[in-house]
Amino acid sequence: MDISIFLSVIIGAIFINNFILSKFLGLCSFIGISKETKPALYMGISVTFVITCASMITWVIYRFILVPYHIEYLRTISFILVIASFVQFVEIVIKRFSHALYKTLGIYLPLITVNCAVLGAAVLNSEMFFKPGVSTLASFTLSALQGFCVGIGYILVMLFMSGIRERLELCDIPASFKNAPIAFIIASLMSMAFMGFAGFRF
Amino acid sequence: MLISILTMSIMGLLFGLGLAYASKIFRVELDPNIERVLHALPGANCGACGMAGCASLAEAIVKGKADITSCAPGGQEVYNRIAEVLGIEKKVKKKKIARVRCNGGKRSVDRYEYTGFKKCSAVNLLSGGSKACRFGCLGFGDCVTVCPFDAIHLNENNIPVVDRIKCTACGKCVKACPRQIIILGNASDNVYVKCISRDKAAVVRNACPAGCIACRICEKLSGGVFTVEDNLSRADYAKAKSDTPWQVVIEKCPTKCIVKEG
Repeated sequence: MDISIFLSVIIGAIFINNFILSKFLGLCSFIGISKETKPALYMGISVTFVITCASMITWVIYRFILVPYHIEYLRTISFILVIASFVQFVEIVIKRFSHALYKTLGIYLPLITVNCAVLGAAVLNSEMFFKPGVSTLASFTLSALQGFCVGIGYILVMLFMSGIRERLELCDIPASFKNAPIAFIIASLMSMAFMGFAGFRF
Repeated sequence: MLISILTMSIMGLLFGLGLAYASKIFRVELDPNIERVLHALPGANCGACGMAGCASLAEAIVKGKADITSCAPGGQEVYNRIAEVLGIEKKVKKKKIARVRCNGGKRSVDRYEYTGFKKCSAVNLLSGGSKACRFGCLGFGDCVTVCPFDAIHLNENNIPVVDRIKCTACGKCVKACPRQIIILGNASDNVYVKCISRDKAAVVRNACPAGCIACRICEKLSGGVFTVEDNLSRADYAKAKSDTPWQVVIEKCPTKCIVKEG
């Protein structure tokens, strides 16, 4: 086991294959909740938590149910089922045990249920760390790590975007470009910047 | 085929049962009073009380963290309903309205010609506003735009006028005004000083014909209701008596900056 594998997973998930700017997943919340830094950060933390846990749970489902019975084609629907129930469960538990946390995260949790970044991370894990029929070495640890780093990449981009949009509030933007249009333009510019990590391939 | 159907059904069933069980053991008991107070509130989620919305205010009221008179737009009717729900004594709160404390408007002198973005907050940032008076109304109507009840408008003199009936004292204009000219006052105390300039008389005279020049005439006539401090007359309504000569004070004020509303 080489430490370079862990490093490449970390760098790859945060920068090179950044879910928002390179894979274009989770764009709904990226545009929707990036107007202010604080909600953006809370959303990012919630997403990181959910993706990390979902990566671990879906690994178990994939490794011990789908692979042994050769029903890998049920991956999408079973992962969605798992993620949706997990998020619901987390919401119930948080509501019971920490009312303050529920108030800050509560409104974002239902949004995460349908966030494609969570499913994307789970699917990516099952593709990267499973050879046909068998799991590769340390695939559980790597899956969890990759899920966590995907979340970190998500937080990073959410903070960039909300910082820029907070400053844009004070700028004189043509009326027709206000809010969403200018956000899309910024997103495309940031996305091009992140392409620099992956390099151009023609 | 059979395996896939079975797997999905079993997984769905397990997760469903798990969630049902979890919601049962982790159930949170909610105070039924919160819902009843919520129904008594206007439900506009305007934020005038300083909470996130009517739901958070209802919770705060039931827990005793907020007064039952916290909802300014709701008025007396809402206080009564909440008091009924909670079974406590009804509280009478004096109706408050927003009060604009400047009478300069177009009459006050401009220091420079402002052609920028037409907002009070913007012109106020540009070397302290375009008016020669450091305190006076800038006249772009930030308070008019922010009012959710359409209760404040600029008059022909470019001074905001509050509609005493429509105003609910939500305090949005108070926050919007970059110069703190607008305050909330009791609707019954309707004679007040329409100026907040603490500059000396000579400075006020050069800047605006409608400013308080601290001549102390009101102080002598009103028998201590009006007092001059920091070059500005202020009214203390607690000292007002039934025979306070409001009308005389208003008439004798040389710059007519003491006014009666309503």
